[in-house]
Amino acid sequence: MGEQASSIAGQIDILFWFMTLASAVITGGIALALLFFSIRYRRRSENEVPVQTEGALKLELTWTFIPLILSAFIFLWAALLFVRMSRPEPNAMEIYVTGRQWMWKAQQPSGQWENNELHVPVGQPVQLNMTSIDVIHDFYIPAFRQKQDVLPGRYTTLAFTATKAGTYNLFCAEYCGTQHSRMVGSVTAMEPRDYQAWLQGENNAESPAARGLRHFESYGCDTCHRQDNGGVGPTLVGLYGQQEQLADGRTVTVDDSYIRESILNPQKQVVQGYGPPSRMPTYAGRVNETELIDLIAYIRSLGGQQQEQGGGGDDSLPGAGAEETPGTGPNSSTDGPKP
Amino acid sequence: MATISQPAGQPLRSPRSPEIRETYLNASSGLRSWLFTVDHKRIAWLYLMAISFMFLIGSAAATVMRLELLTPQGDMIQAGTYNKLFTMHGVVMIFLFLVPSIPAVLGNFFIPMMIGARDVAFPRLNLLSWYVYMFGAAFILYALVTGGVDTGWTFYTPLSTTNYTQNVVPTALGILIVGFSSILTGLNFIVTIHKMRAPGLTWFKMQLFLWSLYATSLIQVLATPVLAITLLLVAIERTLRVGIYDPALGGDPLLFQHMFWFYSHPAVYIMILPGMGVVSELISTFTRKNIFGYKFVAISSVAIAVYGFLVWGHHLFVAGQSVYAGMVFSVLSFFVAIPSSIKVFNWTATLWRGSVSLQTPMLYALGFIGLFVVGGLTGLFLAALALDVHLSDTYFVVAHFHYVMVGGMLLAYLGGLHYWWPKMTGRMYPEFLGKISAVVVFVGFNLTFFPQFVAGALGMNRRYYAYDSEFQIYNVLSTAGSTILGLGFMLPLLYLTWSLKFGKLASDNPWGSEGLEWKSATPPPTENFDEQLVVVRGPHHYTAKEQVVG
Ligand code: HEC
Ligand SMILES: [Cu+2]
Ligand SMILES: [Cu+2]
Repeated sequence: MGEQASSIAGQIDILFWFMTLASAVITGGIALALLFFSIRYRRRSENEVPVQTEGALKLELTWTFIPLILSAFIFLWAALLFVRMSRPEPNAMEIYVTGRQWMWKAQQPSGQWENNELHVPVGQPVQLNMTSIDVIHDFYIPAFRQKQDVLPGRYTTLAFTATKAGTYNLFCAEYCGTQHSRMVGSVTAMEPRDYQAWLQGENNAESPAARGLRHFESYGCDTCHRQDNGGVGPTLVGLYGQQEQLADGRTVTVDDSYIRESILNPQKQVVQGYGPPSRMPTYAGRVNETELIDLIAYIRSLGGQQQEQGGGGDDSLPGAGAEETPGTGPNSSTDGPKP
Repeated sequence: MATISQPAGQPLRSPRSPEIRETYLNASSGLRSWLFTVDHKRIAWLYLMAISFMFLIGSAAATVMRLELLTPQGDMIQAGTYNKLFTMHGVVMIFLFLVPSIPAVLGNFFIPMMIGARDVAFPRLNLLSWYVYMFGAAFILYALVTGGVDTGWTFYTPLSTTNYTQNVVPTALGILIVGFSSILTGLNFIVTIHKMRAPGLTWFKMQLFLWSLYATSLIQVLATPVLAITLLLVAIERTLRVGIYDPALGGDPLLFQHMFWFYSHPAVYIMILPGMGVVSELISTFTRKNIFGYKFVAISSVAIAVYGFLVWGHHLFVAGQSVYAGMVFSVLSFFVAIPSSIKVFNWTATLWRGSVSLQTPMLYALGFIGLFVVGGLTGLFLAALALDVHLSDTYFVVAHFHYVMVGGMLLAYLGGLHYWWPKMTGRMYPEFLGKISAVVVFVGFNLTFFPQFVAGALGMNRRYYAYDSEFQIYNVLSTAGSTILGLGFMLPLLYLTWSLKFGKLASDNPWGSEGLEWKSATPPPTENFDEQLVVVRGPHHYTAKEQVVG
């Protein structure tokens, strides 16, 4: 196991070395037994016939139950660790990642896009929300002991907290075609102060929510989704994180995936009182993945449950706590929700 | 095993020239007599020829890959070529070599003989299976020579349904057709074992090779249709653009992975259970004891076959499957290891107070146990959720399954081939060279694949044609090891061929085995046994009296 640079890396490695040790003992034991028996009981004469042994129930039970207990123990250990590392921290800084043949794009909460690179502050829990534009990829940072497949048509998440400043390998771990082995990059973990400085230096970007607003207008979403709920569609203000009542009787939580579905596939989950059929046209094939991410950022910025802590109207992605969020720069005046 | 009533006056067999007596080899001659034979023993030879050829193709691909990987930057061949090579290596080795290897060659030859039957239940279907296999193989080879495929043997969607190479469809169809051959063979074996056993041969008197091939056949019959459906849907999505797996068409990419592994995990057992069966035979013969805890070992084969259907999700821990599904599949995967560990412990215990003879087949069997243990235990690393996150899709996985497939199945196949060679050909292989080959293969194998565990744990990804230079040392070791391994495989190829003509003549039972198949003449006559066998004792029962016959 290589360098450890995330909060879970050490725990994974302990499990790894424990299993390696246990395996070495078992393999060594069997190898020694085989070797010893082969010599001790070697055939001494051509017509030798050994005493026939039938087997022994007690022995069979012993070597059924000892491995069983050992397995159960390791399973639990690994499963609990897995649950812990899959669950994102509530105050995680969210970064959007898209994979495509054969490069990575990552978007900082403040809007900068990076290609095949990702900068994160040390000590800050990070959650990556990832999707793919074409085939399946996999975001893998060996030093963080974390990986997750990146699928087209849905979001998957990856959570980590970097613990050591440095630049680490980023690999695509799911075979994705010709240049799969070139779909590599780096993740740079920086001390929070350096990270801020880096952001300032890079900061010429419009925030995602601001870009989302532009798309919202240019795609004509605003004609139906008005702030005052007076349009053909429901208002999106305060929507994010709510329980939505659907026409078919189900209730769903409004999250990224739900919004994505609502835009690409409106007939699938129709809001109660608005159909079916939904009068919203499908945007599948018109809105691309980066625009989708911006639109989601915009809708999130319109408020909702998770938004409260960040303060209403703040365009930064929810969850990115105030200290970690860099100033929104010169564009901040255009960022807020549509007046 | 298995005493047989021998009517008085039956001549005692002794070494003799095969030319004197009529055997299955000289009963008829000419190419037609082989290509249209319905004798299970000759069909076994047809398979042996075919799969040896496939093994050479698969190895050639591996050789070029290992050479490319000597240096971190991709410099010898192009990325696309490399991807086609590993796809070809996987497809050929798995579907055209490993799956048919022990069942279709050794199983075909020895299942009828071990149950005292004249042939399999459906001899003509047996021949048809071979033709179906060849037909499917032709599709796959056609795809390979006309440009190849670069999806990997796993054909993950949507890569495989959108990617530019046009040969995905013929390859998928080829695998589908080969799958039918596998289903027919499995069906044939199941019926044969149920219906054709000699009088007195009850289930718990059967040799363990039969148990393991019975379990294998169950998987072949039940799982292979799912693979057929999965690949057919890939072909349909590709050609007709019907949305099944591709989200752009409204499909679900994970559906493919679930369906694919629903076959391919059980298929892992198609590729190891027969090896376990062979090793059980080898250990019995070369310790002169029935396997310790025989019933547990027998039942564990069937347990593995049934249970193997419930663990496919361990290939999807980081694929986007829910955390809870992951936990269920993880715990089930840990428990599927139990029947395998029972086998290992019992094999080891069989040596205890046995009469251990370290002939070539036994060396292969011991090698099998060692490598299989490593392969199995590293499988648990991958079943452990948190650890799999780091290790999946790295060289750790590559090393793990090569320990099981090559270290396990291939070593068992070679061990079995040496063991039964005298019965199949009437000639002995050169024992000294045999021992050398077993040692060379074992050393070469470990040198090839052990460094891959290390590289994988350090984070080297599989299917990478160029890699980070920190991993070079492990790749150099691995390539060096594969050279030795290659030599180890060449050796048997050469001396076994040589022995066909120049080998020492074999007696009916050169190992003094109590396996029922050794009760026939060497080489066996077309009808296997001169008279109907009646089985009165359990398998591999050695007594001093019996030794006289051996
Ligand atoms: C022609 C009018 C119309 C347009 C244009 C339109 N929508 Fe809608 N939208 C609706 C209607 C009606 C509904 C409610 C029925 C449903 O759930 O599909 C809706 C539902 C939604 C929902 C789910 C709301 C909830 O309360 O759960 C979201 C999110 C949404 N639209 C986003 C968008 C976005 C983003 C755009 C622009 C890309 C857009 N809509 C364009 C009519 C429209
Ligand atoms: Cu990739
Ligand atoms: Cu599996």
